[in-house]
Amino acid sequence: MKRRFVETIALALLRGTAFAVLLATILLIGSIVRGGAGVITWEFLSATPTEGMTHGGIFPAIFGTICITLLMIVMALPLGVCAAIYMVEYAGSSGLARVIRASVNNLAGVPSIVFGLFGVGFFILFIGRSIDRVRGGGLLFGQPAMLWAAATLAVLVLPVIIVNTAEALTAVPRSHREASFALGATRWQTVRRVVLPQARAGILTGSILSVSRGAGETAPILFTGCAYFLPRLPIVHLGVPFTGLSVPMVNPLDQFMELSYHIFIMATQSTDAAATRPIQYGTTLILVALTFILNLAAISLRVRYRRGLESR
Amino acid sequence: MDSRIESKIGKAGTVPVVPGAVRRLRRGRWREVFIETFLRLNGFIAIAAILLIFIFLFKEGIQAFRTIPAGHFLQSQELDFDNVPQTVRLWQPVGQNPKYSLIPLLLGSFLVALPGTLIATIFGVACGIYLAEIAGKRTREVIKPAIELLAGVPSVVIGFFCLATLATFVQDALGTTFRLNAMVGALGVSLVIVPVIATMTDDALRAVPGYLREGAHALGANRWETITRVVVPAGASGLVAAILLGMGRALGETMIVLMATGNAAQVTLNPFDSVRTMTATIAAELGAVPQGGEQYRALFLVGSLLFVMTFLINLVAELAVARMRRRLAL
Repeated sequence: MKRRFVETIALALLRGTAFAVLLATILLIGSIVRGGAGVITWEFLSATPTEGMTHGGIFPAIFGTICITLLMIVMALPLGVCAAIYMVEYAGSSGLARVIRASVNNLAGVPSIVFGLFGVGFFILFIGRSIDRVRGGGLLFGQPAMLWAAATLAVLVLPVIIVNTAEALTAVPRSHREASFALGATRWQTVRRVVLPQARAGILTGSILSVSRGAGETAPILFTGCAYFLPRLPIVHLGVPFTGLSVPMVNPLDQFMELSYHIFIMATQSTDAAATRPIQYGTTLILVALTFILNLAAISLRVRYRRGLESR
Repeated sequence: MDSRIESKIGKAGTVPVVPGAVRRLRRGRWREVFIETFLRLNGFIAIAAILLIFIFLFKEGIQAFRTIPAGHFLQSQELDFDNVPQTVRLWQPVGQNPKYSLIPLLLGSFLVALPGTLIATIFGVACGIYLAEIAGKRTREVIKPAIELLAGVPSVVIGFFCLATLATFVQDALGTTFRLNAMVGALGVSLVIVPVIATMTDDALRAVPGYLREGAHALGANRWETITRVVVPAGASGLVAAILLGMGRALGETMIVLMATGNAAQVTLNPFDSVRTMTATIAAELGAVPQGGEQYRALFLVGSLLFVMTFLINLVAELAVARMRRRLAL
């Protein structure tokens, strides 16, 4: 009797805590949606901040977030995926490969602010200033810029991408590779025709999750390129030779506004944080929506992918 | 291998010779070598980038010892108003007589990380056990994505939530002196690491083979007894790893603590005081320091310390996972 009683209570408690976590998630999202939903208008999304950041929209921050995320993807994704393919398919399980794997795993857990330190010290002050010294004539590379912020984020997501890709690759059964080798396929043919098609969805899922992680990070870009307020977009007009035309292009050497940094700075450093609460909520809602879209895409992709694996 | 095939084709002539087959084979081999080299290069670049962080951080951090005596990272002497030397443990890098005691920062970090990990352990482990052992398929399909979504919320959003909503709620409920304190930060941090712990607990317990459960049931154990005496002990290493990884995340969390803990570097053990963590110190001060100065290097030293601490925690967690894999012979 007593055993039965203990079991009932304990199981109910476990169920209760699980639903408490669910409730906390709903509360968190709910409070942001409630605070931000009324703020979001077309103007909020498309205008620049005005009147000392107390009015207007957040378009430059959205633009900056998208630019830096794309730049980060270009820098980190091909490198990370190729590195993971090498690690899993070529390096085998030698001692060195194991050490590398362990350190990559561990780096995925290094605090993001440490990457910020690295970004300032290495990219801006070491590489940037060195380029400036060689180039001569003034500060251009050796200051916070979108290029360095994106590079810092790329270093941050690189281990995450490698770990996720490696996981997707190792999920492909070894027997499939052996069968392919037995048919006379070379290593690359095996990788390209047998392993990658099966791991594709997994790699994609992992990559989307990594990108979403990078897009939401604030600490690494605090000092590597974010601007509190920038009245212009980080765009430069490049002249096309012989035509007299000029093409607008994102200038990676400019500073930029960014959603997560905007939230942080508006909530903590602005002169009247209480008065701009609606803008803060609105910005938060946009950032959450952006990362949720990425996450939902990844989750639904994975559900489909798992179902595919089970039915096989 | 290539040339052997070629000679066979040439000599015996038993294999029908396809025009261009040999050339294609040879080209394929070059492609093979090229691709392997390319992939290896990528691997090395990635590893080099990662190693660089390590080297660079320590190189700058070690230099702090050049100008600051090692003892000053614990405490330093200061003359009070009566010119009597006093021992102080302060982090005050700006001013006439800068002080670099790491003690308030370490205390701050642990005052946030330990309660945060504790709260997250209770909820995360319970949630993981529920998901792995109790939940039906339908409930699982609701709770699991919710946890994943929570894991995907950027930390600055949670920091904002703490600052704007949770802090007021905690102050009203508990009547704390400071609106922003270590406990608010701990609650916020626990929101970040509950998904980590829950997901890893779920994975660890689902890796426990089913026959162990069946054996327990056959011996007359009910579900709760099976969980506490069989499943959890079998997956214990995995649970330890989950909690450790959670703690690593809690120590390294930056935006939440920067926004929600009040940022007052003081020596205190009261979790309802305002504190300042190591991460928040770097985030708050790095923007204003001149490059290569004493404070700049001191901040890199704090960063190196953080790196070492989280690296060790993660390493132990990894060993725990490896141990579980071995024990369950996966």
